[in-house]
Amino acid sequence: MTEQVIRKVLGEHAKLSVDSTALDPAADLYELGLTSHASVNVMLALEDAFDVEFPDELLRKSTFASVGAIRSALTELGVA
Amino acid sequence: MTSTSVPLAVAENTGLSLLARAELVGRESAGPAAADVDREGRFPHEAVDALRAHKLLNCAVPVDQGGEGASLGELCAVARILGRYCASTAMIFAMHQTQILSLVHHPTPGVAAFVAEAVANDYLIASATTELGTGGDVRSSVCAVARDGDTVTLTKNAPVISYGEYADAILVTARRTADSPPSDQVLVVCRRDDVTLEPTGNWDTLGLRGTCSPGFVLTATTSADLVVGTAYAEISSRTMLPVSHSVWSAVWLGIADAAMEKARSFVRSAARRSPGVTPPGALRLAEAAAVHQQFSDLVAASAARFDAAASAQEESMSGMGFSLAMNNLKVTASTLVVDLVNRAMLICGIAGYREDSQYSLGRHLRDAHGAAVMVNNDRIMNNSAQLSIAYRGTL
Repeated sequence: MTEQVIRKVLGEHAKLSVDSTALDPAADLYELGLTSHASVNVMLALEDAFDVEFPDELLRKSTFASVGAIRSALTELGVA
Repeated sequence: MTSTSVPLAVAENTGLSLLARAELVGRESAGPAAADVDREGRFPHEAVDALRAHKLLNCAVPVDQGGEGASLGELCAVARILGRYCASTAMIFAMHQTQILSLVHHPTPGVAAFVAEAVANDYLIASATTELGTGGDVRSSVCAVARDGDTVTLTKNAPVISYGEYADAILVTARRTADSPPSDQVLVVCRRDDVTLEPTGNWDTLGLRGTCSPGFVLTATTSADLVVGTAYAEISSRTMLPVSHSVWSAVWLGIADAAMEKARSFVRSAARRSPGVTPPGALRLAEAAAVHQQFSDLVAASAARFDAAASAQEESMSGMGFSLAMNNLKVTASTLVVDLVNRAMLICGIAGYREDSQYSLGRHLRDAHGAAVMVNNDRIMNNSAQLSIAYRGTL
């Protein structure tokens, strides 16, 4: 469920060169076209979707590097 | 270009501190040629040869790799001294250090071997990061690396390559593969012998004329192990951007130093003429000195922020707070340098406005205006605007 929402957010905001629903969880999103500009929009949409706030320590490139990395960050923020 | 052999007299000077050597290069080579370099828009050969002779090109390379392990704070101090004498020379020094640190901090075996070669031969290294068709966005490329076995080729239409014709190697950004999106870039080390440069224009600018930065179509064929392994996004945010913003700011601070020196000596001369009367420019001088102090403290603190984070291998370097701080440094410093030269102009009055007086400020003013447009401040602030939406903390 969580991963599906992540993929939906990526589909709407990440501007990737591929379909986000079929992404490998480990695929490098930056290699697929994610920019730092777009990653901010992804972050805002994730905050809305999961009702969380990303603390400043998590605002670095690696946090948004893959579906798996986003999933781990959300786990850290208490998302089941 | 071959490196200059080190004369005996200079070799004996290697016991001198970095700052003492920078002062020597400035006083004996860069300073005396600065007016001619500016007027003719020519490369400051004598100053760059002196940087080589005094081993200043490699000073930031770690000691175990043949350099002196200079910190960013020390590089900034050298850039500041050079900037006081000749902003073009100082900017060439600053850009070169940014390139070499980008390689030193992100090594792969082929790149490390190249750094050793660069140190042994006192290479001057340039970069080609901007490209026609990207709207000035250095984090996006049109050209792509094409691999054929151990060889890679690329062709880039670069609107600006500073001192490209005089460099021994050029670091070029390009898309990782022909199928990669524009933002998925790599950095490729191209030796001068492996590059052809076809000029596409002149470099006839208001200031920083000695950096000789016209556009070129660059075509390179190089070895695949000279493609830096780390993604350019990472190199850019961790090294290239913070280092360049710091050393550039130090160069601008050097320009401000030169303008302040002239203002101070103008006020002093006025005071000597009327003992007992505080000259009208003295109040402006005191105000300008306060701004000058803020500027100097900002550059030192920014370099220290980088040095502390780099030595601790901190994750914070890839964070938004760090990027915002380094963006703010560039925008603030580039604004302060123009402000200070303007203040010096009011203090020196017509003597500063004249091109033929000891208080002439024309070159400093023209050089200072390069600061806001070399990576346009508006582009940087637009990037910060987006980061500001996400970032909550204080810097």
